[in-house]
Amino acid sequence: MSRLVVGPFNRVEGDLEIALDLIDGRVREARIKAPLFRGFESLLVGRPVLDALVIVPRICGICSVSQSIAAAAAIADACGAVPPPNGERALNLMHAAENLADHFTHFYLFFLPDFAREVYRGRPWFAAAERRFKAMRGSAAREVPAVRTDFLRVMGYLAGKWPHSLSIQPGGSSRAVKAAERVRLLALVREFRAYLETRTFGDALENIAAIHTVESLTNWRETRAPESSDFRLFLEIARDCALQDLGRASDHFLSFGAYRKGDSPVFARGHWYQHVVHALDPAGITEDHSHAWLAATDAPLAPTHGVTQPLLDKPDAYTWCKAPRLYGSVVETGALARQLIDGHPLARALVVESGGNVRNRVLARLLEVARLVPLIEGWLQELEAGAPYFAPLEMPRHAEGMGLVEAARGSLGHWITIEDGRLAHYQIISPTTWNFSPRDRNGQPGAAELALQGAPVQAGEDTPVAVQHVVRSFDPCMVCTVH
Amino acid sequence: MNRELNVLWLQSGGCGGCSMSLLCADGRDFFGNLESAGIRLLWHPALAEENGAALQGLLADCVAGRIRLDVLCLEGAVMRGPANTGRFHLLAGSGEPMMAWIAKLAAAAQYVFAIGSCAAFGGLPAGPGSITDACGLQYEGEQPGGLLGAGWMSRGGLPVINVSGCPVHPNWVLETLYALALGELGAKALDALGRPRHYADQLVHHGCARNEYYEFKASAEKPSDLGCLMEHLGCKGTQAHADCNTRLWNGEGSCTRGGYACISCTEPGFENPGHPFQQTPKVAGIPVGLPTDMPKAWFVALAALSKSATPKRVRENAVADHLVVSPTQKKTGLR
Repeated sequence: MSRLVVGPFNRVEGDLEIALDLIDGRVREARIKAPLFRGFESLLVGRPVLDALVIVPRICGICSVSQSIAAAAAIADACGAVPPPNGERALNLMHAAENLADHFTHFYLFFLPDFAREVYRGRPWFAAAERRFKAMRGSAAREVPAVRTDFLRVMGYLAGKWPHSLSIQPGGSSRAVKAAERVRLLALVREFRAYLETRTFGDALENIAAIHTVESLTNWRETRAPESSDFRLFLEIARDCALQDLGRASDHFLSFGAYRKGDSPVFARGHWYQHVVHALDPAGITEDHSHAWLAATDAPLAPTHGVTQPLLDKPDAYTWCKAPRLYGSVVETGALARQLIDGHPLARALVVESGGNVRNRVLARLLEVARLVPLIEGWLQELEAGAPYFAPLEMPRHAEGMGLVEAARGSLGHWITIEDGRLAHYQIISPTTWNFSPRDRNGQPGAAELALQGAPVQAGEDTPVAVQHVVRSFDPCMVCTVH
Repeated sequence: MNRELNVLWLQSGGCGGCSMSLLCADGRDFFGNLESAGIRLLWHPALAEENGAALQGLLADCVAGRIRLDVLCLEGAVMRGPANTGRFHLLAGSGEPMMAWIAKLAAAAQYVFAIGSCAAFGGLPAGPGSITDACGLQYEGEQPGGLLGAGWMSRGGLPVINVSGCPVHPNWVLETLYALALGELGAKALDALGRPRHYADQLVHHGCARNEYYEFKASAEKPSDLGCLMEHLGCKGTQAHADCNTRLWNGEGSCTRGGYACISCTEPGFENPGHPFQQTPKVAGIPVGLPTDMPKAWFVALAALSKSATPKRVRENAVADHLVVSPTQKKTGLR
């Protein structure tokens, strides 16, 4: 048996190191280390409540809106505030636009460049992949930043800027959309849709969302050549490399539910365990510190009572990341979980066939892209001229609040306590904290640690490419992980 | 055109938001534009292909001078804690504090850019409640010092170039790099805090779409109101050095256009305003933070006068989220 330490990883958000124990050319065990600690929760305690809206987006530059939405939801929960319908739509729009841009960026700039590496020269699809996806030089790498920039102009209108907007408020949005602006927003979304339909998918988004079975996905792929669209080329690469057999984790999936329509989320909330969706009781969430450089606790703590106290030189600790668990179980979160729990038939079929794996995680993001654009168009259509975007709130002296939302990378929760009009307690569990958690006190590895077990390592590889595929299939955000 | 500039971009105690913002730069071909400006990105954490051993080799080559390092860009604060060990950020795969890597690379670089307010001044990670002893490259808040020290100069003869902002505007970074590539970035191009004057010699107030409300002191009372954000909602646009309202963000936006206060994120110590961010501190009903270069007595006098002259249209629109009173149609033509 040998040991390989891999890192830093790029094309993930933040710094990441992984220790791999290898046996017979495969990963036997993996330990994921998040090497940066910034201590955001301690920056929040003692602050005036609404200051959280300035601080939390700066936890993460790639999912800053999601952090703001979670904080706004937690404060709204504590205050009993309800945004008016236009405010709800504006929040949905900002949130969905960020998630969409994140998926798009991940697919083209973070995930696919690995298939244009030398190690794959010789595969039948390599020339096409290199031409299109090579980091910083491929034709997609040259087009995608401009397409993304154009699309993010919707944030210029709705959020003032991206990242780090203060438009997102517990009472709705600080930015009412003028009638003429709504027309321009629709035009921007239409342009983005056109790129997705011509280059990314090579088909109408509605046709992609209507693929409901594994067989019809295969049929769709085979109707045209792999180079005819980036999604087809990805599916061909995934088939050739058997990405469905790589990176399986616990197959226990979690989604807090995404976007709001009145009292319920637009994408459903729940957890998928043993092929069934169950209702989620947030009381089942705890965090374990046993393998983190944080002061130990007698038992795993609910986030309402969580603490974050650095403690280096602790035996068994190897990361700054806590280990969140749902009813003590290791869960995976992200677009696959979201689409699965929402009941999209293709997501269900893929998970029933092969569980959570590299192919299915990436595929679910693209499926979600195809479903999100029409939702965005719908919310824009529904904006009602002259109706309010913001409802004032009464700040209580003492209250507790919980904001459970979905970032691009999965379930994000903020738990707050207000005392004397200030934040007395603030705990955050981010998607990558779930996915990249370390072992817990029962020795259960986190989801990505599980997913890495069995990954092949070729002789002479110092950063095994299969390990990179598994890691990037989760689209990790390490800056969120240890806020 | 001078020789090609080798640029290395690293991240430490930050959120990655400046990189995400950078990618929103104007132009049809981000990488092509850099290339044609003579800027070679040796490595960037979000964009490059290499990682692991390949990156560590590159860093070692830069430190040893085997690869010429023209510009080191650091995004994020320097994590000095705990107890000055730097262990709150060990660079993955190296076991060595990032703080030590930054110092070695800064010594090798011709120029050092602090990207964003964290790298420049410490930013949020160094704010109240911080337990990480975070600081900027050459500043700790307003105090010169930081990791490299007050009098530090890079090999190229400049202090750290503080492209501050939370996040930075993409073109603040790119135009500073372009100016350097053209040989136009000297000491005179930087303000007293080491910020490039091409954006730091402006105030956020310049070009604010709420200027008519400001003139008449017709103020917003709650988020989404159209009025001026200075009197009640914490806006520091008349004091903050940046060109956000003349350059605009994401094509169309700025903080004040987004309906919320400028929190002066380009200034050292913005993270610790001493009052709630979205609430203006006042003494006897007068905002404590007066517009830059404006004598207080004049401000008070003009504010009182303009308040008394506020047209009904401006007064009513100021507290609505859309126009409720349109400008009068003049019948005689404009003169």
